[in-house]
Amino acid sequence: MSAHSQVPLERLPRAVRIALLLGGLALAMFPLVPMDGRDFYLQMLTQMMILAIFAMSLDLLQGVTGLVSLGHAAFFGLAGYSLAFLMPTDMPISLWWSLPLTALGAALAALIIGVFVVRTHGIYFIMVTMAFAQMIYFLFFDNKSLGGSDGVYVSFKPQASIAGWDGIDLNNKVTFFYFTLILLAATYLFLRRLLFSPFGRALAGIRTNEHRMRAIGYGTYGYKLTAFTLAGGLAGVAGYLWAAQTGYVNPDLMGFHMSAHAIMMVILGGMGNIAGAIVGAFAFEYTLHLFKDTTKHWQLLMGCFIVLMVVFAPKGIMGLLVRQEEASK
Amino acid sequence: MSTAVTPAKDEVLLSARDLTKRFGGLAAVNGVNLDLRRDRILAVIGPNGAGKSTLTNLLSGDILPSAGTVMMCGLDTTRYSPEAKSQRGLGRSYQKTNIFSSFTVWDNVRLAAQSRRRYAPWNPVQWFICADEQLSINASCERAIELSGLTARTNTVAATISHGEQRQLEIAMTLATEPQVLLLDEPLAGMGQAEAESMVELLLKLKKGHAICLVEHDMDAVFTLADSLTVMVNGQVIASGTPSEIRADTAVQAAYLGEEH
Amino acid sequence: MDATNFFIQLLNGLQYGLLLFMLTAGLTLIFGIMGVINLAHGSFYMIGAYLAWSLSALFGNLFVAIVVGALLSVVFGWALEWILFRHFYHRDHIDQVLLTFGLIYIFEELRSLLWGDNVHAVQMPKVLDWSIQLTDNLAYPVYRLFMSCICLLLAVGLYLLISKTRLGMKIRAGAFNHDMTEALGINIRLIHGIVFALGVGLASVAGMIAAPISSVYPSMGSSVLIMCFVVVVIGGIGSVRGALVASLLVGLVDTFGKVLLPQVAGMLVYMVMAIVLLYKPEGLFKQ
Repeated sequence: MSAHSQVPLERLPRAVRIALLLGGLALAMFPLVPMDGRDFYLQMLTQMMILAIFAMSLDLLQGVTGLVSLGHAAFFGLAGYSLAFLMPTDMPISLWWSLPLTALGAALAALIIGVFVVRTHGIYFIMVTMAFAQMIYFLFFDNKSLGGSDGVYVSFKPQASIAGWDGIDLNNKVTFFYFTLILLAATYLFLRRLLFSPFGRALAGIRTNEHRMRAIGYGTYGYKLTAFTLAGGLAGVAGYLWAAQTGYVNPDLMGFHMSAHAIMMVILGGMGNIAGAIVGAFAFEYTLHLFKDTTKHWQLLMGCFIVLMVVFAPKGIMGLLVRQEEASK
Repeated sequence: MSTAVTPAKDEVLLSARDLTKRFGGLAAVNGVNLDLRRDRILAVIGPNGAGKSTLTNLLSGDILPSAGTVMMCGLDTTRYSPEAKSQRGLGRSYQKTNIFSSFTVWDNVRLAAQSRRRYAPWNPVQWFICADEQLSINASCERAIELSGLTARTNTVAATISHGEQRQLEIAMTLATEPQVLLLDEPLAGMGQAEAESMVELLLKLKKGHAICLVEHDMDAVFTLADSLTVMVNGQVIASGTPSEIRADTAVQAAYLGEEH
Repeated sequence: MDATNFFIQLLNGLQYGLLLFMLTAGLTLIFGIMGVINLAHGSFYMIGAYLAWSLSALFGNLFVAIVVGALLSVVFGWALEWILFRHFYHRDHIDQVLLTFGLIYIFEELRSLLWGDNVHAVQMPKVLDWSIQLTDNLAYPVYRLFMSCICLLLAVGLYLLISKTRLGMKIRAGAFNHDMTEALGINIRLIHGIVFALGVGLASVAGMIAAPISSVYPSMGSSVLIMCFVVVVIGGIGSVRGALVASLLVGLVDTFGKVLLPQVAGMLVYMVMAIVLLYKPEGLFKQ
C-alpha cells in the first residue's frame, strides 16, 4: 500500500490552520520590523512566495488530480518570457492587462500541450510531460532570436497605475512584497475553495480510481485537461511575478530541473491540501540556500536530503505534523 | 375486454444482437443475443471461462465488440464509452470491489450522485460552489445509502468496512447514478450466508423500475431472483428461458455436470 | 544532397540510433518488468564515459578499459538494485521520480569528487583511428563503424538472450505478467537484479564507446536522458523490439533533421513523438 494512496490529508486540523494563519500574519508584518539587510530578506521572501504559488499550481495537478508532471515549469518559464517580450524598452507596460494576458497565454499553452499529453497514463504521462517541456526548453535555448542560452532581460517592472493614480509602485520592494503576498493568499483561497467544490471532488475521485469515475459517468479526460490547463495558468501567474521581480529570464526557468524542484517542494510539504505546497516551497528553498552556503558540494547534501525524505517522510511535513498531533491527543 | 395499458411493464430497455468479441483467433463471446426488460431480472450463468465477464464488459463499454450491436432505450450505444453509457442510464457493479477506498461511504456515493449534475468541468460555477451544500445531490445520496442498508456506516472510510458492506457500497454507488439498466457482476461474491441473504433481499427490492442483468455463480440466489436465465458456454448461448425450462434442459445439465457451486 | 552525403548521413543516423538502443533496451525492460521510472539512467551513461577516460589512461588501452568498465558497471548496477531500487518497485511513480532525481544530484557530485568538472578527451585506439575514403573529399571514420558494430553485436546478443535462453524466457514472462511469474516459483528477485544490472551495464558501455567521439563532460547524462525517454515512449514500454525501431527512427530523424532543417532540428523528434501519441498513446509496440 503506497503512502500516497492512503487517506489523504485534505481537511486541516485546527492546530495546523492556526499555525498557517500565524505564519501568514508573520509574513504580513515582516516589512514593518526594522532590521539590517531588510531589503535582502524581503527579496528572498518574495521569491519564496512566488515559488509557493508555483508549487500550489502543481499541487492541484499532482496532489489533487494525481497527474505527475515533469514539465510544469514550461508554463512558468513561458509566462516569464512573455513578460520579457511584451515589455517595451522605452517604458513599462501596465500590470493590469499584462498579468491576466500572460496567465491566459500560459493556460492556452497548457491546453494545447494537454490535448496531447492528457491522453497518456502512468509512466507515459511523466515522460511525455518531460519531453514536451524539454522541447520548449530547446526552442528557446537554440534560438538567438528568442534570447538563446543567455536569456532575456525585462527592461522595467510593470507599472500599476490605476486611472492616473500612481500609488502602487512595484519598484518599491515592500510594495512588491505585499502585492505577491496578496496573490499568494488569493491563490490559496481559490484553490482551497476549488478542492471542496464539485470539480475538486471529481478530481480527487480521478486520482483515487479513474476507472470507476468513468463507469459512474464522468468524462475524465475533460476533467484532467481542465485541471492541467488551470494549473498551467496559475504557474503562469508565478512565472510573470518571477520575471517582474528578478528582471531576467533564461531557459533554465522552464527546464526539467525547475519542474523537479517544484515536485520536491510539493512532496516535502505534503500533497493534496494546497497548504503543504506553501510550507514545502519555503522549506525547500530555505534548505537549498542553507546547503549552498555550507559547501561547494551542496548537490551531495541535496541529493541525500531528497533520498532520505522519500524513504522516511513520503507524506512530507504536513504528514509529520498530523502524525504528531494525532499522537498527542 | 380492454387491455389496461401498463406503461412499459415489459419494455425492453437494453438489447444485444449478435454480440461478438474476438481476441486473436479466439471468440470469447460469440453471437450472443439478449434482452433486458423493465422490472425483470435476467441472470447469465455458465461455467468459468464461458465469457460472462467479457459479455459484461462489452455491455458496459469497457471493451469494444468485434461485431454485433447493443441498443439502449432506442439508441445504438454499441461503441459508446463507459461514461457515455452511464449518462444514458446504464449502471454497473463490479465483481472485484471497485470503490474509492480512501473516501468515506458518504463521499463514495456522493460522487456517484454528483455525476448526474451535467456541469462541464470547465464551467467556473463548478469551481466555486461547495460540494457538501448541494441539497438535491445529498438527498439522492442519502436515498441510495438507505436503500443499500449502509446508513450506519455513512461516515466510515470505505477501506475499513467489511467485505459484505463493500459489496453493498458497490450497489449503492451504482444506484446513485439513477440507472435504468443495471449490470450486476457477481454481487454476492465472497459473501457469507447472512450477508448473501440481505443482498438477495436488496436485489429483489431493486427490480421495480429497473432492467437487471445479473451474472452470478450462487445458484440459490439465481433461482430466487431470476425471471429468465441465459446459459453461456465457451462464449455462446446454449440455452435461454424461464428457470424451470433451464432446469429441465439437457444441454445445460451436461454443461454443469461435475460443477460444484 | 548527393548520394555520398546521403550515405554518410544514413550511416551517422544508424550509428546514433544503435547507440540509443543500447541505452534504451535496458531502460524499457526496467520500466516494463519492475515498473520503476529511473531519471538517473543518463548518469550511468556519464559514469561510463568517465570510467573510459580514467581506465584507458590506467591501462593505456581503450578495449581493456571497456571490458573492465563493463564489469565494474554491472557490479555497481547489481549493488544499486539490491540496496536501493528493489524497495521502490511498489512505491508510487512520484516517489521513484523523486528518489532518482536525488540520485542524479548524488552521482553528479560523486563524479565531481572523483573525476573533477573538466571536459576530457578520450584517445581513440590507433588501430581504429583512420577513415575509409568514399570519394575524393569525403571519408567515413572507421571508429564510428566500430561503434555501430559493437551495438549491433550487443543487440544480437540481447535478442538471443531474450528469445533463445531460459533466462530470457523468464525475463519475457516477468515483463508480460509479473505476479504470475512470481507465483510460478521463478526467482523474480534474481531476474530483477539481472535486468537492472544489465540495463546499467549497457548504458555504461554506451558511454564508454561514445567517449572518443563525444568527449567526456559533466552534463552528458542529462542531454541523453531525454532522448531515451522519447525513444521509450515511441517504442512502447517493455518492448525491446519497440526500443530498437524507435531508436533507429529517432537516430535517423535527428541526424537528417540537423542537416536538412536546422532551425527546427531540435524539435523534430518531439513532433514525431507527438504524432505517434495521437494514434498510439502507449507506443508503437506496447506489450
